[in-house]
Amino acid sequence: MTTKSNAQAIGEKQAQHPLDDLLRTDRIPHIWCPGCGIGTAFAATLTAIKDSGLDLGHTAMVSGIGCSGRGAGYAKLDSYHTTHGRAIPFATGLKLANPKLNVVVFSGDGDLFAIGGNHFIHAARRNMDLTVICVNNLNYGMTGGQVAATTPHLAKTTTTPVGNPESPFNLPLLAYASGATFIARWTIMHGRDMVESLTEALLHRGFSFVEILSPCPINYGRRNKEKPLETLKLYEEKSIIKNNANPLEITLDAEKGIVLGNFYKESRPSCIESYDRTCRPDFLEQSS
Amino acid sequence: MNFWRVPLDAQDVSVARGIVHIIEDRCKGCGYCIAYCPKEVLAFSDRFNKKGYHPPYARRPEECVNCHYCEILCPEFAIFTELDPSCPQAKELESDKQPGQSN
Amino acid sequence: MKPAVLTGEHYMTGDEAIAEGALAAGCLFFGAYPITPATEIAERMSQRLFGVGGTFIQMEDEIAAMAAVVGASCAGVKSMTATSGPGFSLMMENLGLAIVMETPCVVANVQRAGPSTGLPTQGAQADMMQARWGSHGHYEIIALAPESAQEAFYETIRAFNLAEKYRTPVLIMTDELVGHMSERVVIPKKSAITLEDRPRPKGRKDRYLPFEPGPNGVPPMAAAGEGCAVHMTGLTHDAKGYPVMTVECQEQMVTRLVNKILDNRHDIFSFKEYRLEDADVAVVSYGISARTARAAVDEARQEGIKAGMLKLDTVWPFCEEKIFELAQRVKAFVTVEINLGQIHLEVMRAARGKAPCVLVGHAGGALISPEQVKAALRSI
Repeated sequence: MTTKSNAQAIGEKQAQHPLDDLLRTDRIPHIWCPGCGIGTAFAATLTAIKDSGLDLGHTAMVSGIGCSGRGAGYAKLDSYHTTHGRAIPFATGLKLANPKLNVVVFSGDGDLFAIGGNHFIHAARRNMDLTVICVNNLNYGMTGGQVAATTPHLAKTTTTPVGNPESPFNLPLLAYASGATFIARWTIMHGRDMVESLTEALLHRGFSFVEILSPCPINYGRRNKEKPLETLKLYEEKSIIKNNANPLEITLDAEKGIVLGNFYKESRPSCIESYDRTCRPDFLEQSS
Repeated sequence: MNFWRVPLDAQDVSVARGIVHIIEDRCKGCGYCIAYCPKEVLAFSDRFNKKGYHPPYARRPEECVNCHYCEILCPEFAIFTELDPSCPQAKELESDKQPGQSN
Repeated sequence: MKPAVLTGEHYMTGDEAIAEGALAAGCLFFGAYPITPATEIAERMSQRLFGVGGTFIQMEDEIAAMAAVVGASCAGVKSMTATSGPGFSLMMENLGLAIVMETPCVVANVQRAGPSTGLPTQGAQADMMQARWGSHGHYEIIALAPESAQEAFYETIRAFNLAEKYRTPVLIMTDELVGHMSERVVIPKKSAITLEDRPRPKGRKDRYLPFEPGPNGVPPMAAAGEGCAVHMTGLTHDAKGYPVMTVECQEQMVTRLVNKILDNRHDIFSFKEYRLEDADVAVVSYGISARTARAAVDEARQEGIKAGMLKLDTVWPFCEEKIFELAQRVKAFVTVEINLGQIHLEVMRAARGKAPCVLVGHAGGALISPEQVKAALRSI
């Protein structure tokens, strides 16, 4: 018995992926390379959007530039593919102008933490009502594999041919220090945990941040002698799940371990709640 | 499934059966689903799809337990599983449904 | 609680008049970053916006301020920001995004002397070419240049109307001198102010194409949350908003964006002719320098020099037909602007050699005196 005969049971042509209703199927297959994990992180995001029960008509996705930045273009939602690094401030304007919208930022590590780093820390400080999902593939994939703010020390990229002399950001720690109120890290291997975490992030009031580690076999893997399945194996072997871990101990290191989990959750007034209370109590009174 | 120690109620637990669906032309042949299927249901087929990749096929479809892991791991929206309507779990689900409920 | 339209007579600065004009135009979002000499616009908006149901936010830099403005406009809200030279440079990135996503918004540039940090507290008109070509790629832009607080009020309303009507960013290119000068401003009744709204989609939401142009070349715009599942990108795109990386699509998109402005230029143009009927010399000016030029024209007339003035309310797109028409009947053009020749070059281009063109300008930091203009008029 083959797949074909299985598929015939429901008719091969009608085979509809359970996420097709949230995808711009006329743009699939997407541009991501074979073995790239962005598609998995993106699928988990769409599943979480479904699971969270959010009103899809009032859910918008904003991306910046780069491989992960192409995410918005595949979501059958109000979706905006903006400029490099500016997904968060664009999303801030979108959300403030219509607080009824659920705004999801889906982008990559280069976009959100190098060129967009300033916007990230300020949106976290404000506890801006956004869900920021960062696919971290440790390098700039779209431009051919250059060193990023997340590239491990001594790793090889096209602009660090003898190894990266610098040290990377620890993204959840940065988010914690900046004031984010929901912080998690998963890998694309941790499908169900990732979806649950993303669902919680989407329903969280305030600034939620989820980092998703993903292989970049073509650009990062190739130069660091890591085949796609080997990256997954590394995730499998080195992952340590520690929910509520001390943010200082959430290492991302092949030796010390890749600490995953839902690290932090705090309830404090979101940016919009705080603006309403501070800046327009009279107006709210008047209109109620 | 291989148990390190067989659970006491192993006999009473019935395992679900799933059907694997593969949207071949979306596949880019990364092999994640094949490598990580816990029941080793899948294998690369010899056929090429439209893009020139070898998509997987269900080598042992009867082994699928509808765990959805291939579906979750696939970066291409190219594979998914559903409960085999003829297995006991599907019938249970069916009888649990309230009249008039669509899903 | 003060209403959005502060009907009556007021004594306020040009900056404050821009803020009041924005509120009267229905602006409900302001993305700010402080910079001299535009800060007062942000301050006024921070005092007034929450009271009319809007939102004010001071962002972390001008890049973010402009990005937030484009985002807010995509949510269907009239939005603006205000800045000066250094901030204007940072805004160029997302100004380009607003052009290509066809997102209505208003940017006020209260010009100070540059380059770089320059003279932060002293006026200039040296960002006029940056306004025209500052963001990369080929595009058309609308820029207005008020000369007084009163004009700043009305031109801000017109800026919002043009932005909405043509789904494009509009620049208010004023200067420190107008921005910081306190003058009488008369604000009419709300009912006397005509407002435009962006074209809205009609018909089935699932068939809506965000970039399919309407009759005047402007596509109707659906906001986020309207159920149209809009996709917008900064990449070259088709009517659906999907990226298409072809020469054909690039040609089609860019020409439409350019023609959307150029084909409607007569609706966008506004200029005032002052004593031009019998003029031998046409003085061309805009913004604060128009006041210098007007005084010089009057004084020159007393000396027997037949001078007149063309005052540009709309600087971009440039009214080249009007200049060419004048070029056939005047002996010369004198352009008065606080820079070393920007709009002067446009006048030269548009005159097509029919009349000589003279510049009265300097590197910035102060007004041009009517004496300097008169000296130029006498020498012709």
